Amino acid sequence: MHNFEFVKPSSVADAVAALKDEDALALSGGQTLMPTMKQRLAAPSKLVSLTGIAEMQGVRQSGGVLEIGAATPHAVVAREAAAVYPALAALAGGIGDPAVRNVGTIGGSLANNDPAACYPSAALASGATIVTNAREIAADDFFQGLFSTALEEGEIITAVRFPIPQKAAYAKFEQPASRFALTGAFVAKYAGGVRVAITGASEDGVFRWSEGEAALSSNFSPAALSGLSVSADGMMGDLHGTPAYRANLVKVMTQRAVAAAS
Amino acid sequence: MKVSITVNGKAVSGEIEGRTLLVQFLREGLGLTGTHVGCDTSQCGACVVHVNGKAVKSCTAFAADLEGAKITTIEGMNNADGSLGTVQQAFQDHHGLQCGFCTPGMVMSSAALLAENPKPSEDEIRHYLEGNICRCTGYHNIVKAVLAASGQDADQIAAE
Repeated sequence: MHNFEFVKPSSVADAVAALKDEDALALSGGQTLMPTMKQRLAAPSKLVSLTGIAEMQGVRQSGGVLEIGAATPHAVVAREAAAVYPALAALAGGIGDPAVRNVGTIGGSLANNDPAACYPSAALASGATIVTNAREIAADDFFQGLFSTALEEGEIITAVRFPIPQKAAYAKFEQPASRFALTGAFVAKYAGGVRVAITGASEDGVFRWSEGEAALSSNFSPAALSGLSVSADGMMGDLHGTPAYRANLVKVMTQRAVAAAS
Repeated sequence: MKVSITVNGKAVSGEIEGRTLLVQFLREGLGLTGTHVGCDTSQCGACVVHVNGKAVKSCTAFAADLEGAKITTIEGMNNADGSLGTVQQAFQDHHGLQCGFCTPGMVMSSAALLAENPKPSEDEIRHYLEGNICRCTGYHNIVKAVLAASGQDADQIAAE
């Protein structure tokens, strides 16, 4: 890995200032960024660690909303969100392995927007709000395709706000070597309707399965989906699964999530 | 740049680069070669150490990010009199190692599990050790060793 300047600010303002340098990157756990740098697929001139900023840590509930500091590790979310939003806690507790969960963070995962990562599906299915140093972004506007988000250069996520659903579950068909989702479905039922977000399947990254949402909003049961089929167009294909296989998993994993949430 | 941390109860400091990995600092800087580098891609878990009591893959942590942290490595797992610690002794008693390369990480992950969950079930042990790979495939005796280290009957799991 190429060398770089390392800084660890203690406030969001200092982090934003440090990220103004050309080729500076934010480090928020680094469980993806560090392997990427070892491969020399990323070579920042400066890394700005976000894990020393107290205001970006922790899980807080306020009314019907669960707010998670962006630099909160997965293991902490798995533990501290369990009583309030168990589906989200279970998702966090299934990412990678225990040592990765102690370091990797929710903000890092969302900012990276890996097409097979777990967290983007929870944010999108919950209609979460992504809070940055500059503004608030609706999850529906945040995810913009493979590894792409609405974040501007130098903008950092400081917190994520999840409206707490009536019922929810995440079902992941795990790729056993990487433990990423071969396909994962997050289903969340709110008073206004059901939202379904799919990760791991589409060439464009996480997406909402609107047909599934409509069917589940009128009848929240696995059987409500049995007449639907998902097109293989635009699905990812690799040696682990063809586009048609993933398209089928969209439905199967959504049904499993609904069964788990019921 | 300079970093000051506590390793196995001793305050240490050293001159590092931004890119210095924790495992490099431990092995090359401090000569603590008990922590192994297996894959260098955070898959195998041979490099697991404890950072402030939590299991962390030291090949995927920058030393510079750990200023002030308390690190425990396999060298810090023995008893004060130099005898093997509980988890280490259980691995020896139950033949929880073959070539031994993965063992430092296995012991550190197992100890982290027992700190969180003092009486884990067989399933919980296997799930927790997902990020530690043993290429001798000696998992069965490793699970037995962890059961024994937790004071449970290691013979409760079937011989396979």
